[in-house]
Amino acid sequence: MIPWPASARLWWVLAGIPLVFLGLFFLWPAGTVIVRGLFGEDGLGRGDLAGAIAVLSSERTLRAIGTTVVLALGGTAGSLALGIPAAWALSRYEWRGRRAVRALVTVPFVLPTIVVAAAFSALFSASGLLGFLGLDQSMAAIILALVFFNVSVVVRIVGGAWESLSPRLNDAARTLGASPARAFARVTLPALKPAIASSAAVVMLFCSTSFALVLVLGGSRIRTVETEIYVQVNQFLNLRAAAVLALVQVVFVGIALWVSARARSPRPPASVETMRRPGGRERLAVAAALAPTLVLLVLPALALIERSLRVVGGYGLDHYAALFGEPPLRSTLSAPVWEAMVTSLLTAAAATAIAGVVGIVTAQLVARRSRRASWLESLVMLPLGVSAVVVGLGVLLTLNRSVLGVDLRGSWWLVPIAQAVVALPLMVRALLPAARAIDPRLRAAAATLGASPWRVLWRVDAPLLRSAAGASVAFAFAIAMGEFGATAFVARPDVPTLPTAIARLLSRPGIENVGMAFAASVLLAAVTAAVMLASERLRTTVGAEI
Amino acid sequence: MSGLRVDDARVTYPGTPPVEAVRGVSFDVGPGEIVALLGPSGCGKSSLLSAVVGVTPLAGGTVAWDGEDLARVPVHRRGFGLVFQDGQLFPHLTVAANVAFGLEMAGVPRASREARVAELLAMVGLEELGGRAVTELSGGQRQRVALARSLAPRPRLLALDEPLSSLDADLRGRLAVDVRDLLRATGTTGLVVTHDPAEADVMADRVLRMEDGLLV
Repeated sequence: MIPWPASARLWWVLAGIPLVFLGLFFLWPAGTVIVRGLFGEDGLGRGDLAGAIAVLSSERTLRAIGTTVVLALGGTAGSLALGIPAAWALSRYEWRGRRAVRALVTVPFVLPTIVVAAAFSALFSASGLLGFLGLDQSMAAIILALVFFNVSVVVRIVGGAWESLSPRLNDAARTLGASPARAFARVTLPALKPAIASSAAVVMLFCSTSFALVLVLGGSRIRTVETEIYVQVNQFLNLRAAAVLALVQVVFVGIALWVSARARSPRPPASVETMRRPGGRERLAVAAALAPTLVLLVLPALALIERSLRVVGGYGLDHYAALFGEPPLRSTLSAPVWEAMVTSLLTAAAATAIAGVVGIVTAQLVARRSRRASWLESLVMLPLGVSAVVVGLGVLLTLNRSVLGVDLRGSWWLVPIAQAVVALPLMVRALLPAARAIDPRLRAAAATLGASPWRVLWRVDAPLLRSAAGASVAFAFAIAMGEFGATAFVARPDVPTLPTAIARLLSRPGIENVGMAFAASVLLAAVTAAVMLASERLRTTVGAEI
Repeated sequence: MSGLRVDDARVTYPGTPPVEAVRGVSFDVGPGEIVALLGPSGCGKSSLLSAVVGVTPLAGGTVAWDGEDLARVPVHRRGFGLVFQDGQLFPHLTVAANVAFGLEMAGVPRASREARVAELLAMVGLEELGGRAVTELSGGQRQRVALARSLAPRPRLLALDEPLSSLDADLRGRLAVDVRDLLRATGTTGLVVTHDPAEADVMADRVLRMEDGLLV
C-alpha cells in the first residue's frame, strides 16, 4: 500500500514538528547536561575529566549510588514477590469481585508519585497508623512504597502472559507424570520467564527513577542519585556535581532499558478458556496470594485520608478548608494551595496541548513502519530513557535565557514545556497501537472511492483515532498534573504547582503543614484518578475488530 | 484503444533481495468486459490488481485507460473501484454512509445521494439495513455492502480482489452469480482476482491464468 503521507518531503516537513520540539527542549538540554558532566562548566573540553572523577569518587556520591542500587533491587524483589502470586490469582481463576480487585491493583501506578510519598509518610511517621514500627525515614519504608507503586506493573505484564498461557500445557505435563509443583516449575514458569524478566526490568527502571518517594520519605538521611542531583542544585548550587550525577543516572536508566529490551519476547498465542472458578482449597490460596498486596495498597490510602482529616483534638475538614486560605505562617509557601492547584491545572493544560499536537503528528508519522519512522519513534521515546530529573536539570541549565529571540528566563512556559517532554513518549505509546490498528487497506478503500489523501486523513483516520486520541490526551494531562521530577527544577518558588507545594509542606514540621499536605494529596489523587478514569472510558476499540 | 490496457507491468517489493511479485504482464480489458485473473496464492495476481488500481506503485510498465497513461494519476482520480477480500468497510460509519462515501467524495448533492444509496442497497438485496452499524453484519452481507459501496460512484472499472473467498462455499456460489449479474446490469468493466477456477468461469467472460508473476 502507498504510505501516508505519500511524499517523503511532506513526511519530513511534518516530522519537523517533533524534531524541533525535542531538539530544542530535550536534546539540547540533556546534551548540555552530559557535556557539562564530562567536561565542566563551559563544556569546552579542556580535559576536565578529573573534576568528574573527583565528584564520582567522593564518598557522598558512592553512597548515593549504593543506596540507589539497594533500593532498586529491593523494590524489584518486593514487587515480584507480591506481584507474581497476585497475577496468578487474578489471571487463573474467575471469582466474584475479580474485576474490582484487578482495577484496584492498577490504580497505584497512575497516582502521582508525590501522593504515594505523602501516603507512606502518613502511614509511617511518628504519629501515623504504623508509626510505632519506627520505619519513618527508613530504607524499608521506601522499599514498601516502591512496591506499592510497582506491583501493578508485575500484575499487568505477568498476569497478561499468564492469561494467554493455555492451562492445557500444564495438563499435558500432568498426564506425563509431573506433580503440580513440577508441572509449574518445568512448564508454567519457563513459559512465564520472559514476562517476569521484562516486568522486573521495567520495575527496576521505575525504582531507580523514583525521585519524589525518596525525597519525601528519605528525609535528610537517605539519598539516591536523583535526590542528590536535586540537593546539589538547590542547596549547594553545584551544577557541575549535579551534571556528573545526571550522567550516572543516564547510565543507570540505559542499563535498565537495555535489560528490558532484551527481556521482551513474542507473546504465546492466546488461548480461549483459561479461567475457572476456584474450588475449596484453591479459594484459600487465591485469598492468601492477594492478601499482602491488598493490605499494602489499602493501608497507605487509609492512612493518608485519616491524617488529612485529623486535627488538634479530633477530626474535621479544617485542613481542606485551609487549602483555600492563606498559607500557614511557618510554611515556606508563598501562595495559598488553591493557587498552586490553579497553576497545576493551567500548566497541565498547556503541557497537554503541546504534547497533544506533537504526539498526534508523531503517532501518525510513525504508524506505518519504515526506517525513518522507527528512527523518529526511538527519538521520541528517548525522554523515557532519561529520567525526569535529568530533563528538568537540562531545561534549567539551558533554557534559562533567551531562545530564538524569546526570553524564557524564569518564564512560566518552562514548566509546561518540561512536563510535555516527560508526557510525550507515554502519550505516543498510548496512541500508537490505535494508529497501527487502522488497516492501510481502509485508506486504500477510501482512495478508490475518490477521497484525496487529506480527505482520507479527515474522514477515515480522524474518526477512527478520535477515542484513542482523547484517551491519550487525558493520560498526558494526568501525567502533567502529577509530574514532579522535572517540575521541581523549573517551577518558580513563588509559583508552585500542586505537587511541588505538597513537597514543600511535607518538608516542614507542624500538624498544620503536614495536614494540609495530606489534604492536598487527597485532592490531587482525586483529580488524577478522575482524569485517568475518563481516559479509560474513552479507550474504546472501534476499528480494531473489523 | 478503449478500455484498460496493461503493458509489461512489474511490481517489486523492497527487501533483500527484492521480491518480484509481478514480472512483466500485459493484457487488456474491453469496455463492459469482465476478465478474471486466476492463479494460486502468491502468484502475484493481487499485486497486479493493486497496481492497476494504483494502491501499490508500479516498478515498471504502464497502465492506461482509453489510451491515457495513468502513471501520474493518483488513486482517487482514476475512477477505478476496488472490492477487498474482507470488505474493508468503514467501521465508524453506518451501512448507508459507507455506500454514500464515494458519492460524497464526488460531490453528489444529498438528495440524489440518498436515492442512489437506496437504489444500490436494493440491488444487493439489503434495502432494510441502511441504518445498521457495519459491525452487525454477517460476512456475506458485508461483501454485498462492499460491492454496493464500490459501484455507487459508477467506476469506469471495478477491481475485485478475491471478493468471495472469505465466505462459505454455498454462499460463494450464489454470490458469484449475483456479482456477475450486477456488473452486467450496470455495464461495469470488471477485473476479478480469484484462485477458484469455477468462480472465475461463472463471473468472467474471459479467464487469464497467472503463475509466478507471469501470465501463462
